[in-house]
Amino acid sequence: MGLDFNLNGISNEKSTALDSDTLYDSIIIGGGPAGLNAALYAKRKGLNVGMIAAHIGGQVMDTSSVENYLGFESLSGQDLMHKFEEHVKGYEIPTATGALVKSLENGKGFKRIFADNGKTYNSKSVIISTGSKPRHLNVPGEMEYSGKGVAYCAICDGPLFAGRDVIVAGGGNSAVEAAIDLSKIANTVKIVHRSQFRADKILVDKLKELGNVEVYLETQIKRIGGEKFFTHVEAADKNSGKDIVIKADGLFVEIGYLPKSEIFRDIVETNEKGEIIVDTRGETSSKGIFAAGDVTSGDYKQIVISAAEGAKAALSVNDYINKL
Amino acid sequence: MAFLNEDISKQIKGIFASMKENVNIALFLDKTGCESCEDARGYMEEMANLSERISLSVYDLVDDKEKALELGVELTPAIVLLDGENKDNGVKFNGIPAGHEINSFISGILEVSGSGQELSSEMTQRIKNIDKPVNIKVFVTLGCPHCPGAVSKAHKIALLNPNVNAEMIEANTFGELSQKFNVSGVPKIVFNEGPDLLGDQPIDAFIDAMENLSA
Repeated sequence: MGLDFNLNGISNEKSTALDSDTLYDSIIIGGGPAGLNAALYAKRKGLNVGMIAAHIGGQVMDTSSVENYLGFESLSGQDLMHKFEEHVKGYEIPTATGALVKSLENGKGFKRIFADNGKTYNSKSVIISTGSKPRHLNVPGEMEYSGKGVAYCAICDGPLFAGRDVIVAGGGNSAVEAAIDLSKIANTVKIVHRSQFRADKILVDKLKELGNVEVYLETQIKRIGGEKFFTHVEAADKNSGKDIVIKADGLFVEIGYLPKSEIFRDIVETNEKGEIIVDTRGETSSKGIFAAGDVTSGDYKQIVISAAEGAKAALSVNDYINKL
Repeated sequence: MAFLNEDISKQIKGIFASMKENVNIALFLDKTGCESCEDARGYMEEMANLSERISLSVYDLVDDKEKALELGVELTPAIVLLDGENKDNGVKFNGIPAGHEINSFISGILEVSGSGQELSSEMTQRIKNIDKPVNIKVFVTLGCPHCPGAVSKAHKIALLNPNVNAEMIEANTFGELSQKFNVSGVPKIVFNEGPDLLGDQPIDAFIDAMENLSA
């Protein structure tokens, strides 16, 4: 048996800790593609930049394979993020890793960031690149069985369902990828989606070749049921107009993402989806606060788009700092 | 067979260069059979070779019963990180900390060696104020990117307060135990075999949960 190792690059010898007594030019909140690229661009412009990241790599780390990032035909989300990290690491950007931001305050002339390590950090500008988190189905029973058979990360929790029967809810790329991955571990996989597939055709074709996957389209999950543990979903079959029960041991919800913007909503404007509204330069409604990546109102959540928005926000920050 | 490739070894060596004190890896195996014990031994031998400050002591769960009892080891493979004075600070791993957990293992070594990341004095005080015995179990899978964060926080708390011990439990290796604690999502953090938290939570949530435990 071989062992795999997924070593994180940052927070090692070359990175120094983020300092509470320094007034930074810019602090980047979040260590996904947007945050890492923002750090790279800001540092290269000569800004005194720091980063706060709960975990480096963000959501891409949960993606088993990435095949649409230009320059890399196929690699795991994790390998791609390690390449990003390796690149940024050489720039010795002070980072508070493992820290979650609790609140952001607009001080006089600078911003104050309060983190869950109990520390406060100060900066002339901030780039919010906190990304997004899995969207819930918001049906009865979901909260009750969350962590009791209802899961949101196939790569994390999939191994706990080896040889069992699972349902994947959703019809986009992440759902189809999860179903493909789970089919290798689980006994059977049923993919349930309220309309038609939104996933890339190339993925759907791959899914259809699998022997232990059953597809339920036009099927809306209405209720999640069980006893001590999750046992089934109740769903409306839109074609027949009938309600059906689909039984399984686990339910993986892969229906997209919600922006992680809660703690910033009283300081910057957000849209009806909760996304932080940014202009074409990545600036929010609040002076000196910029945002990039999945947390913003920008259309299409893609790794390459997040990275690009990070670069743009960093360049805007540079202009902002030069004009102060 | 080498577990860590040259590239990873070099990186870890660089990280371990910041260790302040010595650390002894107490590794518990089971000669009567344990599927991943030999891998654990090979992996730990390589880790110990990456710094002069790290030593490795290998024990057998049965032959070294007293040592196992002293360190509260019941499963194999298990790893307890002892400090420069060979003292147990409640930092334990059950199962191989490979995959993403290599990160919590490295941060565990750094923390025990006295070169971890600092918490604010207020947060530290709240942790030190906990005056009842607390056991924190963090169930993980090796493919879970959010899990090492939860493990490291639990270990950090254990290091700050002698009343607290914290253990990583690899859910696939210890399936029965995971079932007993109804683990179907990771990281799952269980306090004194009772109240639990799901997901990588901020350190306050850990402290709140411990403060709310009945004595």
